[in-house]
Amino acid sequence: MKELLERIAAGDVLVADGAMGTMLMERGLAAGSPPESFNLERTDVLEQVAQEYLDAGADIIQTNTFGASRLKLARYSLGDDIEKINKNAVRAVKNVAQTKAYVSGSCGPTGQFLKPYGDVDHAEMRAVFREQIGALVSAGADVICIETMSDLREATCALEAAKECGSVPVMVTMTFNRTPKGFYTIMGVTIEETVKGLEAAGADIVGSNCGNGIENMISIAREFLKFTKLPIIIQSNAGIPELIDDKAVYPESPEFMAGKAKDLLAMGVRIIGGCCGTTPAHIMAIRKVVDAYGQV
Amino acid sequence: MWLSNRFNPPRAIIFEGSGMALLEQITLALQGGDTDGITELLKEALADKMKPGDILNSGLIAGMNIVGEKYKQHEIFLPEVMLAARAMHVAMDILKPLFMKDDVPALGRVVIGTVQGDIHDIGKNLVAIMLKGAGFEVIDLGNDVPPETFIETAVEKQAKVIGMSALLTTTMPVMKKVIEQLKERGLDGRIKTIIGGAPISDEFARRIGADAYGYDSVQAIDCIKKLVAES
Repeated sequence: MKELLERIAAGDVLVADGAMGTMLMERGLAAGSPPESFNLERTDVLEQVAQEYLDAGADIIQTNTFGASRLKLARYSLGDDIEKINKNAVRAVKNVAQTKAYVSGSCGPTGQFLKPYGDVDHAEMRAVFREQIGALVSAGADVICIETMSDLREATCALEAAKECGSVPVMVTMTFNRTPKGFYTIMGVTIEETVKGLEAAGADIVGSNCGNGIENMISIAREFLKFTKLPIIIQSNAGIPELIDDKAVYPESPEFMAGKAKDLLAMGVRIIGGCCGTTPAHIMAIRKVVDAYGQV
Repeated sequence: MWLSNRFNPPRAIIFEGSGMALLEQITLALQGGDTDGITELLKEALADKMKPGDILNSGLIAGMNIVGEKYKQHEIFLPEVMLAARAMHVAMDILKPLFMKDDVPALGRVVIGTVQGDIHDIGKNLVAIMLKGAGFEVIDLGNDVPPETFIETAVEKQAKVIGMSALLTTTMPVMKKVIEQLKERGLDGRIKTIIGGAPISDEFARRIGADAYGYDSVQAIDCIKKLVAES
């Protein structure tokens, strides 16, 4: 299998996978327990999910490690199992993906804030990411995906930590809200600031995930392309959930998202996947659109 | 960094010996999240025999209202609000012991928590900080709070409002349970409810019969003020 960055440099568009949390809940994860708890006892479920996304046509499959940092898992008394939780997750995906897809080590926010507005200092935050990403890389992750960030300083801590772990490529995605003044993260970071900060810290791929349906994501991607030549990744939610009969329903169908994904392709977005509310059916529909686009 | 580039706290213009100017300076120090400055200014104001109630209302709360307004206009973001709230905390620690029981009428008591099955508390914590900053007494039940605990605490402490937060779409229905149980016990109307969290919408709040929906922490405070005024 060619290196991920080589394929992108050669002009390939890659398809990433969809949501993880909902897949785990359908397979027995109790509300309120951390998804990462499955990495200790139920790696069979992790393999099932990876298999579904592989079958749907994903080129990149994420590990179930979004919240697998010490700062987050300590709250569930899982702080001593960080290495095992991260390594098991990589191995589970690797067992399924083999040489057919890239294993992407997911790394989400710690849920804590950096000083001065929070209590965590820069060195501690960086050490927390270093521990998690170190485990992901040593277990064989092909790429690290730092995602759903809203604080550029936290994202940069994670990115710097990832860069210390060898030559593994690093993608960083942040989550934006549309305001009358443009797109901002909840911490007030613009897309331009995101791009400049992440480029300077050595990101290989940048983009956005979560928080928006595909239509806002098209505007976000356009903004990213204005400011950077780095490859762009977009992982959209299937819209914003509506509660129907006490159950959250994401409104965007696979066909709708895949139809709009054509706009992302036309713009030159290089990795397209899904976030909350997307399913293997969404990924399969996007796969078809990406393949058809290459044929034109 | 991006924070320091954008973040230019307004600077105080100093008129010596003028009480107005001192309150103005407190307002500005609060907006800038300047905890050292606010400590000094409060000491000075108290040495000048200004009333703690005036300092609270015309200095601190006035400053917090400006912060809220700027946040709504997307002129400032979460970091600035958090810094201002932190300065508010420091200021309240100084003022609190000085209030006689009836000196400043408390705005009311609010019970707040993240609902059962959910442990996401960043938003809830922000609302709690902002509520305290606005002059409410806050009983924070933490996260993973069962419906009964919300209700029993509100009854016991004579709270006027229950605030509930959820991040997970799977825990949103717990909010409905709390509201239903309030109705069953004939407490609806006497104890108002407000809900918030990433997956929550105005429409959802209406559907389950919540009295209000807070889109963000600043709007939540506005809503709670209204709910308390109505009760």
